[in-house]
Amino acid sequence: MARKFLSGDEAFAEGIRLAKPDVISAYPITPQTIVVERLSEMVENGSLDSEFIHVESEHSALSCAMGASASGVRAFTATSSQGLLYMAECLYYASGGRFPIVMMNANRSTALPWNIYGDQRDSLSQLDSGWIQAYAENAQEALDLALMSFRIAEHRDVSTPFMINLDGFILTHTYEEVNIPDRADADRFLEPYETENRLDLNEPKNMAFSAGPDYNYIFKYKEHQGMLGAVPVIKETEEKFAEIFGRKYTGLTDTYLTEDADYIIITLGTIAGLCRETADRLRAEGKKAGVVRIRYMRPFPADEIAEAVKNAKAVAVLEKDISFGNEGAVFTNVNSALLTAGVKIPSYNFIGGLGGRNISASDIEEIFEKTENGTEKVTFIGIGVDEK
Amino acid sequence: MSINAKDLCKDEFFYGHKACAGCGGSLAVRNALKVLGPNAVAVLPAGCMSAVGFNFPQLCFANNAIISTFAGTASMLTGIEAGFRRRGITDFTAVGFAGDGGTADIGIQALSGAIDRNDNIIYICYDNEAYMNTGIQKSGLTPFGAKTTTTPAGKNVHGNIRPKKNMFEIAAAHDIPYAATATVGYMNDFLEKVGKASQIKGTKYIHVIAPCPTGWGIPVSDTIDAAREIVDCGLWYLAEYENGEYNINHNPATFTSVSEYLKKQGRFRHLSDEDIAVIEKSRDKKWEKIRRSWNLK
Repeated sequence: MARKFLSGDEAFAEGIRLAKPDVISAYPITPQTIVVERLSEMVENGSLDSEFIHVESEHSALSCAMGASASGVRAFTATSSQGLLYMAECLYYASGGRFPIVMMNANRSTALPWNIYGDQRDSLSQLDSGWIQAYAENAQEALDLALMSFRIAEHRDVSTPFMINLDGFILTHTYEEVNIPDRADADRFLEPYETENRLDLNEPKNMAFSAGPDYNYIFKYKEHQGMLGAVPVIKETEEKFAEIFGRKYTGLTDTYLTEDADYIIITLGTIAGLCRETADRLRAEGKKAGVVRIRYMRPFPADEIAEAVKNAKAVAVLEKDISFGNEGAVFTNVNSALLTAGVKIPSYNFIGGLGGRNISASDIEEIFEKTENGTEKVTFIGIGVDEK
Repeated sequence: MSINAKDLCKDEFFYGHKACAGCGGSLAVRNALKVLGPNAVAVLPAGCMSAVGFNFPQLCFANNAIISTFAGTASMLTGIEAGFRRRGITDFTAVGFAGDGGTADIGIQALSGAIDRNDNIIYICYDNEAYMNTGIQKSGLTPFGAKTTTTPAGKNVHGNIRPKKNMFEIAAAHDIPYAATATVGYMNDFLEKVGKASQIKGTKYIHVIAPCPTGWGIPVSDTIDAAREIVDCGLWYLAEYENGEYNINHNPATFTSVSEYLKKQGRFRHLSDEDIAVIEKSRDKKWEKIRRSWNLK
């Protein structure tokens, strides 16, 4: 095992190197570019044996990855923001075809106005596309997810593509010390991809076909089952990961001081760190604060969230997203989970970080305060009176 | 590579589909696969051939075949070619069959990317000169004057007002290893070009005219005649691009009547003598250029 000082993008690229995809097809977009630059260098210097294909668009990046996956080999691509939206058609195609492609998405604001900084409106707009969605908090988790994702996506019971989200700039471009697993351990953890869902000269197949109303319905049911099938596979994968690499992950969510918390922020991505720090400070003042970090938006951790907050007095959902005219998508999902589980506590939605605007410690304190005292259903945190 | 009907493989690879009677596109796919054989891996985007061939559980390709996104024929071919190579397989041919809209409009970006990378694939555009699968709408390869459901022929506008995009020369302008034009009306020529393409490494583009009786307004028995006449009257030509040179394969001493070719088809029936004169003039201009600058074989 080596220890290196790497950015989130660089750490992620190390994880992909260890996963040895056969085909990498990618188109550059800030802030994803460093991932594909590093992978190109690895292919050049021989530390990664992959076909690196310079496609002419994101649509082709995923279309090419689907072709590779349909041939029965491991495929990877990476994108961000407008690129993710440009390939959106292919997202649904890949999940419907049950192609276990892994894609890194650098979370970035969506135009207009143009903005290259981080928010989560790109990936959250694609929750229904049939992809597993994980959100990393730090560079180490990004690397580890890169390695784990293939094992989860390619599992027979899952056969579902996997999108790993890294907050643009805050994670993609921030440097941390990262443990890089050894090749032998990585190979022990992740076996080569084997599938029957592929074109085969000995047993020719017709793939990606049409299916009328009756059959189509059955295929969609199976797709749903595949996504749900990821839940136990994620658990089993993390156990194996801990056994080999010694780092433990906690499944679909990561909870902090929630057991006895009165007020809990539910959030995702890098901002969770500041939420935990703020919870510590509030606890020092005698306020029982807690944090739930959603690690996976799909499959959605409805039971885990309800269980974590069931004894709280109120919850806040902090997200870098807004569904205009309604509320943030994460809030909608969380409320559905609470209602279904019979957890009857007030919940409030806090929108922040759009277009990369900073979320400060005092913003988080204010969220806890408003959650305790009650506030509007949806609050844009830190928006000034003159900005309204 | 000489190919004739007698030697053509008796196996059927595209069989039992529900294409319309007289479909030129299905004929092109069926016969091209006979040349390429069982190890052809076919990619077909949304369009007529995928709509008629891939209805689960009735799947009609005997070789490996997959539907791509409408825009993604070439990029999916790229992924398949790379994937098979990674599996150590060498005796296969990645071949795409896309219509005129799937090629010249929505798929042109991916096709250009594949040619730019010189991926080892064959891309066959079966050109029926409009979006036939969706009900005869204008595409970038609909010829001047043609009536479609989105270019109606009225008093003010006589159908489509723009000429066909020149996909053959667009492909050639990438300095592609091999590009060719063909028609299902001269099947031997088309199949020889498919055979030749299969022996060349890198990207190959073949553009084959494939009449659609429904969209063209001709009897279903006239597909082959129309596909011949379009060459005989000079509105289409049989050519190749290789080693950086254009070669014309068939240089008619005289052309048959453009007017007669057009008047047989419902989509052109509204054309005035002036319209036809415009079409003849553009034909003559094209041939003047071909005869001046291409190699005559």
